Amino acid sequence: MLNSDAIWIIFTGFLVASSCGLLGSFLVLRRMAMVGDAISHAVLPGIVIGYLVTGSREPWVMVPAAGLLGILTSSIIEVLHQKAGVQSDASIGVTFTFLFAIGVILISMFAGQVDLDQECVLYGEIAYLPLNPLVLANGWSLGPKMVWILMPLLLLISLGIYLFYTPLSLTAFDPAFALSIGIKVGFWHQVLMGAVSFTTVASFDSVGAILVVAFLVVIPSTAWLLSQRLPLMLGLCLLLAFIISVTGYLAASWLNVSISGAMACSSGVLFVLAFLFSPLEGRVWLAFKKKSQQIGSI
Amino acid sequence: MIIQVEKPVLEVHDLTVSYHQKPVLWGVDFSLPGGVMAGIMGPNGSGKSTLLKSIMGLLSLSGGRISVFSKNLDEVRKKVSYVPQKESVDWDFPATVKDVVMMGRYGHLGLLRRPGKIDQEIVEEALEQVNMQDLRNRQLGQLSGGQQQRVFLARALAQQADLYLMDEPFVGVDAATEQILVELLNGLKQKGKTLIVVHHNLQTAPDYFDWLVLLNQRLVASAPFEQAFTAALLQETYGGRLNMLSTLAQHMKKEQFAAREHR
Repeated sequence: MLNSDAIWIIFTGFLVASSCGLLGSFLVLRRMAMVGDAISHAVLPGIVIGYLVTGSREPWVMVPAAGLLGILTSSIIEVLHQKAGVQSDASIGVTFTFLFAIGVILISMFAGQVDLDQECVLYGEIAYLPLNPLVLANGWSLGPKMVWILMPLLLLISLGIYLFYTPLSLTAFDPAFALSIGIKVGFWHQVLMGAVSFTTVASFDSVGAILVVAFLVVIPSTAWLLSQRLPLMLGLCLLLAFIISVTGYLAASWLNVSISGAMACSSGVLFVLAFLFSPLEGRVWLAFKKKSQQIGSI
Repeated sequence: MIIQVEKPVLEVHDLTVSYHQKPVLWGVDFSLPGGVMAGIMGPNGSGKSTLLKSIMGLLSLSGGRISVFSKNLDEVRKKVSYVPQKESVDWDFPATVKDVVMMGRYGHLGLLRRPGKIDQEIVEEALEQVNMQDLRNRQLGQLSGGQQQRVFLARALAQQADLYLMDEPFVGVDAATEQILVELLNGLKQKGKTLIVVHHNLQTAPDYFDWLVLLNQRLVASAPFEQAFTAALLQETYGGRLNMLSTLAQHMKKEQFAAREHR
């Protein structure tokens, strides 16, 4: 069952899930989980315009084009919220539906010329990844092209979090204090938004715009239930990413269903398990403790 | 009653701040001497927190300028500690008590350097001062309101600043913690540090402060406590509110009492 294609697919799933989990942690801690959702939708026009301008569907075109749009999205949300006084959730809703709609219109307008369809962008298809390998001049195949985007991305994200742990965690916990000791809170906000944009877009081909949100939000939320310190939470994101990609793939091939869908479902199942059985605040555990206390008091 | 001082630690010059074109602070102009514990008081929405945030450069000013230790804040940030309202942060954040106190060292460390042995010792000492050393590995979510405030104060102590700006440190705090905090703040004052505290309890104010800033969008008073804490100025600050009258009466009684004692 685990041939080389399967291993590449699982590996890609792991790369996507861990990049999203690490960055998503900082979004979730800032109570900005839905900004990830917004960015993942709003980059659609960027992808279409990038394709129309260059005529290429290669990741090296798509990722920067959509990444720029992601930064634009977070900037518009900020401006609407800060300067125009629109509620933060409303400004997210206004911004991403508008940009997403532009993307849909562009696709239908150039339907004949564009080898893109909403289905592919929205749902992705990780199973096709091995069909697009990186082949060297001498004929050696180095595996799916996306892996060669996602791997450096994960390394970059990990290195960035390691080096800039202080400003990233401090601006998430207490932005007023962070500003008071001279940390540029706005700058780090934009860095995080930019990183989320690039990661979201790079994850498109494999899991699509909707399911990437599962990785950005569900993985960090699960890790948060299981840990009391941020470094542990980030480590758990990597572990969860591994479990999700393996179990998701196995479930998908067993049931013969969408792999990305199965991976997202797997993350949902893990969240429920953590919610019920977390040793810290798991519901079952709490109920058990309560009961044994009652028995003890009798 | 606005008394300007020579060699001020803090100088606020003609400060105006507005939110969404609505002015919150109007032409506020005062200076503060070193080594005092100053209270900032005024009714809700009078701009007390806004004043602290403006001093810390967290807001863009519509007009005026502020100097700290006769310099621009950016040059002296390491000497200034800001304690936000504890409600402004999410106490479910995955961090321990010690993690938060260590944040007080980052202003000295810069972005890339990791805390060293000296920083660990300073943090440990700060934890002991607020009597939280046994809870150093406790997760934030498990703390009471009073313990949260002690963590914030320990973080401020770890900053080893000369000027402390505190936004309502006694709100939502049990009596025991308030006592610990007040003793600590007095200790800091005795070491020559300057403290500026947003406060709203008129009853306890005379026990805590030796300088008073009265604020109601405009500056009503900035003077040594006894000169500013008068019925007329409090009336001007709070307006003629019914619930104020009893407090004022109580205060007047206390004043007479003190005067009699004096004789």
